[in-house]
Amino acid sequence: MAAKSRARRAAPTEMGGSHRSEPQAGTKPARLNALVHARMRLAILSSLAVTRELSFSELKRHLEASDGNLSLHARKLEEAGYIECEKLFEKRIPKTIYRITAAGRQALDGYLSHMEAIIQATRAGS
Amino acid sequence: MKLKRAISAPVGLASQAQDNLRFIRETMSRSVQFTAVPGWGMVGIGCSAVLAYLVARQQGATSAQLAVWVAESLLAASLGALAIFRKARREGLLLSHAVSRRFFLNLAPPMVAGGLLTAALWKAGNLQVIPGMWLLLYGTGVFTGGAFSVKPVPMMGLAFAGLGGLALLSAPLFQQEFLLAGFGGFHLIFGTYIARQYGG
Repeated sequence: MAAKSRARRAAPTEMGGSHRSEPQAGTKPARLNALVHARMRLAILSSLAVTRELSFSELKRHLEASDGNLSLHARKLEEAGYIECEKLFEKRIPKTIYRITAAGRQALDGYLSHMEAIIQATRAGS
Repeated sequence: MKLKRAISAPVGLASQAQDNLRFIRETMSRSVQFTAVPGWGMVGIGCSAVLAYLVARQQGATSAQLAVWVAESLLAASLGALAIFRKARREGLLLSHAVSRRFFLNLAPPMVAGGLLTAALWKAGNLQVIPGMWLLLYGTGVFTGGAFSVKPVPMMGLAFAGLGGLALLSAPLFQQEFLLAGFGGFHLIFGTYIARQYGG
């Protein structure tokens, strides 16, 4: 019974696009992907989802973020495998390029589905 | 009190979800740029403008000189459209995408206004101000459309508008040279920069 209950709880979490690095993955039903839910990380993923790639400075400008804040959240997404980072030199100036990965796109899609499901459920209930 | 909170909670959750979706949509539209501006296409337009200047200089009458530039504008529009289409296809960009539509919708009104004003001024016989008006309105269109594109595009728009202002103030002197500097020089300079920095 306990095993069955655990299985039932784990399934919606995967549907919600959670990732293995999420701290509370599989512990609560239909839990939001905390990695994606944070505003800055959501903004990074949304920006990268509609472009082929963005440099650190472009992302910083679009999101009006500070260097520290952006690099902190970008690193978390990178560690989760949601984005990939390439460091290169352009005319001897270091440049950091970010791209969204397939896992990142899947996580964002899952998050969008989750949001839509919440809205639809509320409409159906009202 | 508990009941009241239980009833209002899902509504609050839904509005938060809507807010999140709106945030995602706004972030996405802010990040997308119209990157199909063709650098090499602009270089081609610049070269054709230099040729147009050489041909126009051979003409005696102002109307004949301007007719050469009208023909050049049609050629440049065709070259530009072809180059945008090719770059968009190469980069896998959709020209029907919202940001592309916004780029063209902002570019189009000054171009249409320029066409109508050309006809009106030509009819009124006031040909001296036409080159300055062309440069000014083309610059305005590129500047407003360029708000949705890479940085050099609105900068080029400003440069054209500034040159147009100068041409209008100095009319009827050096009008052919102003056209050469704008449609020839600026397209060559900004086109080369865009081609090198933004992939063709």
